[in-house]
Amino acid sequence: MSEVAHSADHAHGAPQGFVRRWLYSTNHKDIGTMYIIFSIIAAFIGGGFSVFMRMELMEPGVQYMSDGHMWNVFTTAHGLIMVFFVVMPGLIGGFGNWFVPIMIGAPDMAFPRMNNISFWLLPPSFILLLMSAAVDGGAGVGWTIYPPLSNKLGTPGMSMDLAIFSLHLAGVSSILGAANFITTIFNMRTPGMTLHKMPLFAWAMLITAFLLLLAVPVLAGAITMLLTDRNFGTTFFVPEGGGDPILFLHLFWFFGHPEVYIMILPAFGIVSHIISTFAKKPIFGYLGMVYAMVAIGFVGFIVWAHHMYTVGLDVDTRAYFTAATMVIAVPTGVKIFSWIATMWGGSMTFRVPMLWAIGFIFLFTVGGVTGVVLANAGLDVVLHNTYYVIAHFHYVLSLGAVYGLFAGFYYWFSKMTGYEYSEGLAKLHFWVTFIGVNLTFFPMHFLGLAGMPRRYIDYPDAFAGWNYVASIGSYISAAGAIIFLIVIAEAFISRRKAAANPYGEGATTLEWQVSSPPPYHTFDDLPKVK
Amino acid sequence: MTLPSGKSIFYVVASLAGLFVSQSVFAALPEPWQIGMQPAAGSIAEKATSLHNLLLVIITAISVFVLALLVYVCLRFRAKSNPVASKTSHNVVIEVLWTVVPVLILVVIAVPSFRLLYYLDQTKDTDMVIKVTGNQWYWNYEYPDEQISFDSYMIDEADLTEDQIRLLSVDNEMIVPAGSRIKLLITGNDVMHSFFVPSLAVQTYSIAGRINEAWIDVPEEPKAYYGQCNQICGVNHAYMPIVVRALPQDEYDAWLASAKQEFAL
Repeated sequence: MSEVAHSADHAHGAPQGFVRRWLYSTNHKDIGTMYIIFSIIAAFIGGGFSVFMRMELMEPGVQYMSDGHMWNVFTTAHGLIMVFFVVMPGLIGGFGNWFVPIMIGAPDMAFPRMNNISFWLLPPSFILLLMSAAVDGGAGVGWTIYPPLSNKLGTPGMSMDLAIFSLHLAGVSSILGAANFITTIFNMRTPGMTLHKMPLFAWAMLITAFLLLLAVPVLAGAITMLLTDRNFGTTFFVPEGGGDPILFLHLFWFFGHPEVYIMILPAFGIVSHIISTFAKKPIFGYLGMVYAMVAIGFVGFIVWAHHMYTVGLDVDTRAYFTAATMVIAVPTGVKIFSWIATMWGGSMTFRVPMLWAIGFIFLFTVGGVTGVVLANAGLDVVLHNTYYVIAHFHYVLSLGAVYGLFAGFYYWFSKMTGYEYSEGLAKLHFWVTFIGVNLTFFPMHFLGLAGMPRRYIDYPDAFAGWNYVASIGSYISAAGAIIFLIVIAEAFISRRKAAANPYGEGATTLEWQVSSPPPYHTFDDLPKVK
Repeated sequence: MTLPSGKSIFYVVASLAGLFVSQSVFAALPEPWQIGMQPAAGSIAEKATSLHNLLLVIITAISVFVLALLVYVCLRFRAKSNPVASKTSHNVVIEVLWTVVPVLILVVIAVPSFRLLYYLDQTKDTDMVIKVTGNQWYWNYEYPDEQISFDSYMIDEADLTEDQIRLLSVDNEMIVPAGSRIKLLITGNDVMHSFFVPSLAVQTYSIAGRINEAWIDVPEEPKAYYGQCNQICGVNHAYMPIVVRALPQDEYDAWLASAKQEFAL
C-alpha cells in the first residue's frame, strides 16, 4: 500500500478513491475542505437549534418545548456546537489549513498525519455532543457547564459525561492543530518570508495557535476534575468535601476568555486581506496591526474574571479586572481605525467579500463598545447574565466571527473550488443576513437593559414585544442561510471557471499566484519572496 | 397580598385599560417595548444609571463616528471617484492619536466606574440584615435579628389573581421597611442561583458553601421591586422570581408582628 501512496506522490496528483483521498488524507487543502464542510453541516444543526429556540421565545408562554430542561439542553448544545464545531473548525481548521501553508510558501503543514487526526477527532466529538443532548434527558447546563449544576447533584445522568468526553476530543483536536500551525509557521516559511513580511492572516493564525495551546489544556484539566468529581468521588468543586465551585469558574474562564479571541483573531486576519485587496492598497500600519493582535492575545489571558463580577470576588480584584478589560479596547481600536485607514485613499470595489468585511468592521465595533460597558464591574450587577450580554457576544461572534467566516468563504471560494459564484445571489445572501441578524440581536440590548435574564424558556409578558421582533429576525437569518446553500449549489452547477487571480493588483498574497484550484501539491519549487 | 384594596382596584383598572406604564408608580418591573434600564431605585441604582447614561453617550458617539468614517470612505474612495489608489501605509501622528485618544476616553469612564464599584462594597452602613438562600426552585428569606424565616415561591399561572403578574409574583414577598439600607447575606443550598433585582441594582450569585454580601438602598416610597433568578439552575430556572416590597414603617411593623407568628424559626 505504501508503494502505491509513494507512486501517487510522485505523480503529484490526488490519490484516487474516496477512502484514500479523504479518510487517509494528509493534504492540507483536502483537510481544510473537510473542515469547511464539517463546519457548514454543524452550522445548520447549531443554527437550526437557535431558530427553534427563537420560535419558542416568539411569544410568552411555553409553546413547542416540553419544559425548562429541554430549553436548557438546547441552549447548551447551541453554544457548544457554535463554538467548537462551527467557528473554530471553519476559521482555524478550514481557512487556516487551506491558506496558511500557501501564504507562507510551504508545500504543506509540518505534520500532515497529525493534521489528519486533528480533523478526524472532530466527527466523533460532535457525535458525542449530540448524544449528550439526547441521552438521559440531555445536559441542560449552559455552555459554561458550571458545577454544581453540571456535577452529579444537578445532572445525575451520563449526558454530562458524554459532553465532557466530547470536549476532551475537541480539545485534543485543537491542541494538535495548534502545535501543527506553530511548527509550520516557524519552520516552513519560504526563503525571504520573514515574520515581519508574513501576511496578516498567517499572523492571526500563529497567535490563535498560541492561545489554543495555552488555554485549551486548562479547560481539559477543569473538565477532567469535573469528570472525577462526578464519577470517582473527588470533591474539587463540591463544597461539602472542601472544594469550591468558584474554582471551576476561574479555570473555565481562564480558557473561556482566550477562547473568544481564538474565535475572532482569524476573522481579523481575513478581513485585513479583503480590505487590502479591494481597496488596492497595502495594509495601513502593518506592524501596528500585528502587535495589536499580539497585545489582544496577551491581555486576553489576564481578564478572565470579568465573567465573574457577581460571584463574590473581592472588590479590589474586580477593580483590577475592570481596568485590564478596558485596556483591550485600545488594540481593538487600533485595528478598526487601521482598516478604515487602509480604505482611505484606496480605489475600492464592492464585491461580496468586501461587503462582509465592511459589515464586520461596523458590527464588530457595535459589539465592542457594549463590551466596554460590560467591562465595568459596578454596572455589571445590572447587566450580568441579561440579554444585554447575549446581544454583546452575538454582535462580536455571530456578527463578527461568522461574518469573518462568510467573508473568507466568498473571498477564497473561487480559489478553493475553481468556480465563480453568482455575484447577485451572493449579494442577496449578504443583505438578507445583514437585516436578519441585526433584527435578531439589536433588540436584545433593550431586553437586557430592562432586565431579561438569559437561559429562560419563558419571560414576563412585558418582554414580549422585542422578543417577537428578534424571532422574526432569526427567521430572516435562516432564509439567508438557505440562500447561502443556493449560492454554493448554483456555483457548482454553472461551473464558471475562475481565474488564478480574479481580484487584480490588490490581491498580493501567494495564493493568488497559483491556479484556481491550486495543484494538489501547491508549489513544485519554493516561491521566492523579495 | 399586603396591598391595600384601593391599589388593587387601581391595578385592575390599569391592566384592563392596558396602561401597564402606570403600574410603575407602585411597582418596579419591565414594561412593554422598554428600551432603557428600569427607573433607578435608591442610591446604588442611581449611580449605576448615571454611569450607564454616560457610557451610552460615549459608545453611541464612537459607533456613529466609525459608521460615518465608513460611509465617507466608501463614497469618496470608490473606484469611480478615485481610480488610482494611493500607496500610503504609514502615518505616525495618526497612529499615536488613535492609540492615545481611546486611552483618555477609558480614563474618563474609569473614574465614575471605580466610584460606583467601591460604593457597592459599603455593606457596613446598613440598618438591618436579611439572609437570602437560593434553592431549586425558590428563595428563602431569613431575618436573623427577628428570628423569622420563610420560603418564597412563584405563583402558578393558574392561581394568579388579577393584581398579580405572570412569572413575577410570589406567595411570600421579601418585606422591607421603606427608606432603609439592608445588608443581604446571599448563599445557596444546591446548584448556583443569582439574586437579581434590576431596579435596585443588586445581583449576586447564591452559591452553596459561600456567603456573599451585597446591600440594597431601599427608597422612601412604598413600592414592590421585581426580579428573577439569573443563573441557570435547572428545569425551573425561569420560575423563581423575586419580589422585594417596601412598606412604610408602621405597616412593616404590623407585618413583622404577624410574620413572627407565622414564620418563627
